[in-house]
Order: sequence, then structure tokens, then C-alpha cells
Amino acid sequence: MKLPLLPILLLVLLAGVPLLSPPDYFMHLLITALLTAVMGTGWAMMGRFGLVSFGHGAFLGASAYTMALLWNELGITPWLGIPVGVLVAVLLGVLLGYPCFRLRVVGHYFALVTLAAGEIVRILVTALREHTGGSLGMTPNQAPPGGGFLAMQFDKAGFWWVALGAWGLALLAWWLLDRSMTSKALAAIAEDEDAAASVGIQVTREKLKITVISVAFAALAGALMAQYRMYLNPESLSGLGISLQIVFSAIAGGMYAPFGPSIGAVITIGLEEALRFGFGTEFTGGAPLVYGVLLVLFMLFLPRGIAGLLERRPQARKPAAPAVQLAE
Amino acid sequence: MDLLDPFFLEALVNGILLGGVFALPALGLNLVFGVVDVVWLCYAELVMVGMYAAWFLYTQAGWPLWAAFAVCLPLVSLLGLLLHLLVVKPLLNQPPINQVLATGGVLFVLQGAATLAFRTDFRSLGVDMPPMEVGDVFVSGTKLAAFCAALLGAAVLWAFLKFTYVGVAIRAIARDREVMPLMGVDPQRIYLIASAVGGALAGLAACLLVVQLDVHPFVGLSFGPITFMICVMGGLGNMLGGFLAAFLMGLIISVGGFWGNTEYSYVIAFLFFILTIFARPRGLFAR
Repeated sequence: MKLPLLPILLLVLLAGVPLLSPPDYFMHLLITALLTAVMGTGWAMMGRFGLVSFGHGAFLGASAYTMALLWNELGITPWLGIPVGVLVAVLLGVLLGYPCFRLRVVGHYFALVTLAAGEIVRILVTALREHTGGSLGMTPNQAPPGGGFLAMQFDKAGFWWVALGAWGLALLAWWLLDRSMTSKALAAIAEDEDAAASVGIQVTREKLKITVISVAFAALAGALMAQYRMYLNPESLSGLGISLQIVFSAIAGGMYAPFGPSIGAVITIGLEEALRFGFGTEFTGGAPLVYGVLLVLFMLFLPRGIAGLLERRPQARKPAAPAVQLAE
Repeated sequence: MDLLDPFFLEALVNGILLGGVFALPALGLNLVFGVVDVVWLCYAELVMVGMYAAWFLYTQAGWPLWAAFAVCLPLVSLLGLLLHLLVVKPLLNQPPINQVLATGGVLFVLQGAATLAFRTDFRSLGVDMPPMEVGDVFVSGTKLAAFCAALLGAAVLWAFLKFTYVGVAIRAIARDREVMPLMGVDPQRIYLIASAVGGALAGLAACLLVVQLDVHPFVGLSFGPITFMICVMGGLGNMLGGFLAAFLMGLIISVGGFWGNTEYSYVIAFLFFILTIFARPRGLFAR
């Protein structure tokens, strides 16, 4: 398989950004957008095949809190903590996904089961306040002097490269998926589950595969985000609110194109900051207000997102292009 | 364990009262879903708007409580109508998930608007009724009144669906949306009516919740998810199922809180929901 040259060139170029010594604030936005992009890309891997999850926040929280608790309570470095956290999140995803897929919980029912899972993690994190700090949040302990690398506490440039690595991995996974039988099987399942099963596609197994990959990227991004911000709280790492924000950025950018969710992440973060800057802290409700309106407008007029505008395929062939086809 | 332990009985009574509060929004959501076939993800936020309206009119504008409630109901009903006309109707021919996500957008809009208008402070109505003592069990007067009002609302809804011409048409559309237009029922008109009634139920729920909970822009997230789960447990669109499931959830949360604490009882309720879906994917009371 020949890797496409253009995206690799892009990655190399992006890796050089810190060398231009841009202002800290600008780097902060870039890192946040990139990590949001990884979450959205992970979500869209499932979402574009009709597996709409309203609970991806649960996976961010599961890995971020696992990582932070391992570091704070046992002193285990995030280098180990993040893989363990991702593993915990993936286990959670399988625990939830397997019965869902096996018992054919699809459509609205699947969306609401995932929503319940997201809420469970949010409430558990809040309830275990002895360890997690509850809704006040928690901070990973500062590394001893000189131990920054081991504790994964870098400066902005360091985090930029880490985030870029995660983003590159997510895009690579997307690219490999697009060339695999799994994606073709999933497309068939999204069209008609019975028909797909009748030609020998193992529906449960294929759905589980994509769930594991999707959850792993969301979980990775969640842990990195927590580590970058050095702050964890249940609202921003689990529950319905953040789960819907991930969905929003993926949809706004367009979940069918590999770069779609990343475009969406840039829009979301850019919008949030622009509103914060333009209106100050008085306008705290402004960001959700505006992106709520945008989400409605996208659904009404541009259900395939920004990336949908760039698609070469003639739009006329599919009159009511779905943002997702619910497997029902 | 003594089942006649007054604290346990109190937990049981509170569970039933809590179920009554969950029942109204669950009925409204189920009505809209059963008729229009769209899940209003922002349903709890409609309730939140109603709560703010009642709070504002009562504490800020100095209206009497009954007048504030009397305005709150039609206001949220109107909001339901607008939601249908502006957001849901243009998306009726689109895949269900587009509709759900659009109403999710409305959720953000309402939360954002509430934050802008009232900040994130917790607002309380400051109305309380004295508790009543029945045997050894104390029952909060406010909760009991809210429960009775909820039952009354449900009964009115039932009578409306059962005995009026429009009610019968609504039930018929929910049963078969292809045949009913052939019988001379205009589905668009029925959708409008169902959305208005769904909104009115949210308005009534708002009146009953505002006396028990503090209002803040994110209050919807505290009872919204559980409402969806109740509807799914009862079977989406199945009004009676949702009504019964509301009491089941109320009991689980209240009795769970009696043995452990309230937070874990919510975890138990959500787990129970997930297991129910695995056992009966179309709802507990699916035929």
C-alpha cells in the first residue's frame, strides 16, 4: 500500500510550527483543536456507519481519570497510565457494545444506551469525590524538578508534537479502515443489517471492531487533553454535554471525509474563542447559543458538513443525503 | 430488614412521588415520539425554560403563583409548536438521526440563552408547604401537591386521547401513519397538535419541578437523561409503558438512596436501564 504523500507532507509541515515560536496562546488553541479533532475523528469512525453514540464522553473520562489516579495515588507515569486508561475505556466500550450489537440494540435505542453510559461515568466520577475531587475536579500532581518528561508534563511544543502524533495515528487508522473489508462490511450493515448478515458478514464482530478503534482514539484524546490542561472535571470529560459537543464538531466538519471532524474541531474551538474574545466573560452563554444555532442550520441545509461541500460526487444522486444512516 | 421501618416506608412514598414527577415529561416525550416519530433531545430544556418563566414571573415580576403557572403552561406549549415548525417539520423526510441532532442543537441554544439571560446562578422559588405526617411517615407537602397535579395532568391527557375526536386521530396516527391520511386525517395538523400538547406537558412539568428544584441553565441535564431512559424502558411511543416505568425508576432511585446514597442510586437506575434494554430491547412493556 502506498501512503498518500500530501497528508504526510502536511504532518511534517505542522510538526515545524513550534519552530516559528508562535505566541503561547496560539499554540494553546492549536493543541486544543488538534485533541478535539482526535475525539471527533474517533467518534466519526462509528458515526458514519450509523452507530451514533451519545456517550463518547464516558470514554474520555474513563481513560483520563484512570491515568490521573494512577499518577496521583500510585505514582505510575502517564506514559504507562495512558495505555492503561485507553484499555479501561476500550473494555468499557466492549462491555457496552457487545450486548448492544448481539441483541441488535440499534437506532434511537443504541443512542440512548450510550447516553446512559456517559451519565453513569459522570455520576461515578462525581460520587467518588474522595479520589476524583467530585465536580470540583482534580489536578495531576506536579512532577518533581527534572522529572517533567517522565511525568509527561511538557511545554506547549512538546504537547503539540504528542497531539500531532495522536492525530496522525487517527488519520492513518481512518485511511487503513477505508481500504479494509471492515469498512465495506460496516457500510453494508448500515444499509441493511439482515441482508448483510445473510451474505455472511459477522455483524457483531465488525461492529465491535470499529467500536474498539473509535473508543481507543476518543480515550487517547481524553487522557491527553486532561494531561495537557493539568485539570480534570466530570463535566468536561463525561456526560451528555461533552458527548454532544464531540458529535457537533464531527457533524459540522462532515463525518464522511477523513479531514471532516478536524475541520469541525477547528471551527468549534475557533468559534468558542472568538465569542469569548469578542464578548468577554459576560457572554458565557454565547458559545453554546451560537453553535446550537449552527448545528440546527447544518442539519437543515448542510447535513454532510463543511467537507460535504468539497465532495466531488454529484449531490443530485442522493437527494436527502443523511448525516448518518441509522441501521434500523 | 423490617419492611415496616418508617424510613423505608418514607423512601417508598418518596419514590412514588418522584415517579409522578418523572411521569409528565416522559408522557410528553412519548406523545411526540409516538405521533411525530421524532425524539426531542431538548425536552428537558423546554422544561427549564418553563421553570425560568415561572421563577421570573413569581419572584421578579411579583405575580401571584397561580398566574405565573397559568402563563408558564401556554408559553412552553408555544415553544413546542415553534420547535416543530422551525426545526422538526423541515426535517420530517430526513433520517431520524438528523432530526435528533437538530433538536440537540436546540438544547445548546436554550442552555446558552438561559446562561446569557440569567447567568449560571441557582434560582429558587422559595415556596414550601409544611410536611404532613401519616402514621410514622413524613411526606413533603410540596412533593405531594406536585404528585397530585402530575396525576391530574396525566388523567386529563388520557381523557383527551380517549374521548375527543382529535385525541382519537392522534392515537390513530401513532398506530399507522400511512393509512390515516387515507381516512381524511391531515397528519401535519395532528403533528402540530401533538407538539403543542407535548409542550404543554413540559410546561406543567416545569411548574411542578420549579417548586422542588433550583433553576439553573443546566438543570435539564439533571432530569433529562433519566426521562429519555424512562421512555425507552417503557417502549418509545408507548404512553402507558412510560408512565409505569417512571414510577419504577422513581422507586429505584429513592429506595437505592435509602440503602446507599442518592448518587449511587442514579448509577443503579442507569445500570438497570441498560440491563433492561439488553433483556427487552423494545422496552419492558413491549407487546
